[in-house]
Order: sequence, then C-alpha cells, then structure tokens
Amino acid sequence: MSAGTLGAGGPAGAPGPLGTTPSQTIGPFLAIVLPWPDGPDVVAAGTPDAVIVSGTLTDGAGEAIPDGLVEIWQADPHGRFDHPDDPRGPSSYPGFRGFGRSATDADGRFWFRTLKPGPLPDGGGGTEAPHLDVSVFARGMLDRVVTRIYFPDEQAANGTDPVLSALPAEVRQRLVAAPVPGEDGQLRFDIRLQGPDETPFFEL
Amino acid sequence: MLSVVNESRHPGLGYPRNALILPPGYAPDPPGTHPSLDYPGYKSTGLRHPSQPLHLLPQRLTELTGPVFGAERVQPGDEDMTQWDGGEALGQRIIVHGRLLDSDGRAVPDALIEVWQANAGGRYRHVVDQWPSPLDPHFAGHGRVVTDSTGHYRFTTIKPGAYPWKNHQNAWRPAHIHFSVFGRAFTQRLVTQMYFPGDPLFFQDPIFNSVPDEKARLRMISAYDHDVTTDHWALGFKFDIVLRGRSATPFEDRGSR
Repeated sequence: MSAGTLGAGGPAGAPGPLGTTPSQTIGPFLAIVLPWPDGPDVVAAGTPDAVIVSGTLTDGAGEAIPDGLVEIWQADPHGRFDHPDDPRGPSSYPGFRGFGRSATDADGRFWFRTLKPGPLPDGGGGTEAPHLDVSVFARGMLDRVVTRIYFPDEQAANGTDPVLSALPAEVRQRLVAAPVPGEDGQLRFDIRLQGPDETPFFEL
Repeated sequence: MLSVVNESRHPGLGYPRNALILPPGYAPDPPGTHPSLDYPGYKSTGLRHPSQPLHLLPQRLTELTGPVFGAERVQPGDEDMTQWDGGEALGQRIIVHGRLLDSDGRAVPDALIEVWQANAGGRYRHVVDQWPSPLDPHFAGHGRVVTDSTGHYRFTTIKPGAYPWKNHQNAWRPAHIHFSVFGRAFTQRLVTQMYFPGDPLFFQDPIFNSVPDEKARLRMISAYDHDVTTDHWALGFKFDIVLRGRSATPFEDRGSR
C-alpha cells in the first residue's frame, strides 16, 4: 500500500511529519493491568511440540528484577506471520498467537510456552535463523530494550544469520538459548541488563 | 507497494525467495525524543541500563509485523474506570480521549491501549505501594480500550493524585496515567505516561525531565478539552499518541551500518 491509501489521515492540512510520543518507564505497578492470565501462552498447554522458554531478568549487580515485563513476538513454525504487512500475505496458524507476555516474579523469572518459528527470508536473498524478538520493560528503565532469542539446535542457520553475524563473535552465543539438561522441550534464556556478561541489545 | 506473489505458481515454497520485497521500515525518531536508558537523575536506572552500545537491528519481517489485538482483549466496562466493586470511585471524574497516529499523520486503527494509574489520593492498588494515603474500595486503577477506525480512543476515569517516592528528598511524581500501546509492528511498541497541563511538580521530576527535547517532553502533557467536558458530569482531556511512521527511505539503504 502506498502513502495515503489508509485515507483517514491526520489533522487536516497538518504540515510535515508529526513528532512521536516519548517513551517513559513502565514503573513498579505494571502488574495492575499488564499481566494476562494467558500472557505466557503463545500456544496453549498441551500443544504438540511446544517449547518452554524461561529465564531470569537480572540487573548490573546480578540481582533479580521482580518488577519487569518481558514480551516476545515471532513467526509461526512455517516462518509466516498473521499480519497484513507480511509481503507474502497474512497466514494464520491455528492456535498460535505469535505474541507472549510474562511479568517477572519475585525471583525475576519469566517464561513462555511457544513453538519454534521457521526460518525467514531476509529480503536480500539470505535467510534469518529461527528467532524470537524480545522487549524488556521494568521500573528503572526509561525505554524498553530489545534483544533476540535463537535456538541451540539451529547451529548451521545461526552461523549464517545476518543479525548474529553482525555481532562481535564473543557475544553471539549469549543470544542462543540453552537446552535445560534432562528436560525435553525446555530452553533457558537469561537476560542480564548490565555487567560483564551483559545480554546484547539492539536499536531498531 | 507490497509484493504479492501467486502461491499456486510456487507450490511447496510459497514464494520465490529472491523476489521477496520487504515493506519500508519505520523511521527513526529524531535524537532527543526518548530518554537515555542511563539517566542518573532517576536513580533506579543505575543498575538497569546496558553498559554496552546498542547494536543496529535492521527492520525485517519480525520487526515490520507485530501483534494486532482488538476487541477480544477488552471486557465490557474496561473503558470506565470509575465503577468498581459495586460503587463509584472518589475524585474528579475525567474523560481522556485522543487519537493514535503514526508520524506520517496516519491513524492507527484497531490497536489495543492498556492504562493504569493511582487513585485520587495518589495510591496504587498494588502491594508494593504502602504510603499513607487511603485505598479507594471502588477504584482498581486499570482500563483497556481499542482504537476505532479513525484511531480514536476514549475512556473515563478519575484524575490521579500526585504521590511521593524515594528518588530524592521530598520527591513527588506529577499526576500521570500509564499507557501501554501496540501499534501494528514490533518496532512501534510504546510504553509512556500521560501528564496533566499546568502541573507544578514537573520541575523536580526526573522521569518527565528525562526526555531531552523540550518539544517532545511537552507532547506527553494532555490538553484540557472543553469540547469533551460534559456538563454536570466530567472534565475532558485530550492526549494524542504518535508512533513511528513509515520511512520514505527504502530498507536497502537503511539496513547496513
């Protein structure tokens, strides 16, 4: 769609672009409305091949952050999105929401139940490895931070992923979730906001 | 234009990989629009900001799409925060309304907006908030609305009170309502706070003042709206929310660093 086709438009005759609204901290009281009972369920309990991705959100002192919110957005197992701006056309996958939201608990823990996404064409002839986009919000954060979760059983795809490849080699592995020993279908991904083992974050 | 490919010509693949043309990305905000994550005036940022520079994430399929929630996330009554547990909340009844737009001036329809706030005395219904101002048994402090086809939203609540916090000596947060907004793409996701015009507490509030650009800061302040003020019922306030719009620059020119 080209500019203007959405029609409704802004204020009549408004000159030039509008200034965007600034970000502010989510504050300590996000639990009043933001956690949904089904928030972590990108897919429902009992879905075949579901993966549990969980982790801990910690600060620069290694302390758990108990007043954070972690959200994920991802493609379905076919590498498609139920969204009008996917140039391949929207494609729904039954029972799959694509979005997850988890408030951290008293120990800084968050978790999601989801399906591993498929790989994605990168628009330049290459392929992005399966990944989850992640937003992190918390008291003490004036804006969100964004990161990605990759999958440990996709070593070859991860090796050619354009986003991972652009990171310094020594931090790439921090964006790859770890299998939980002895727990089939469970992955661990900790988010460290600051410090020597800080999670790599992105600007969009 | 988006590329639309006839799937029947490419069975099993869905699209010819090399033909995929991504839609334009979302324009970056001018410097100074958003606070720095490292802002010493707000002490809690100290251990909660990345110490390493952010890496550029080119906007591709995951970033150009996003969750689109609508009416299914809203229950009857979610647009009226003045009624709770069988009674009416105390305080100044207000109507908050506005439009959700992108920076190109286009409406963002069918988008979920979630709000939360303190009661008229400045107390949140949350276990962590224990300062000596009373809870209101008829005010829970949360609401949800969805924008209409023109991007408009509207809810009724009571004006939140100011409240003290421990950031600095005699620190008080100006009255505000928290907003969590989904646009139509992961890139557009926004959490912000709406303030009220003429608040005398702005000068000492590091959260409000963390926005470097003054014009951007003022965009967080709602406007009194007498056209929406309802006789013998409620005062009106207008708060337009503007998300990042489409960049005119093709993705290929923005994606590399």
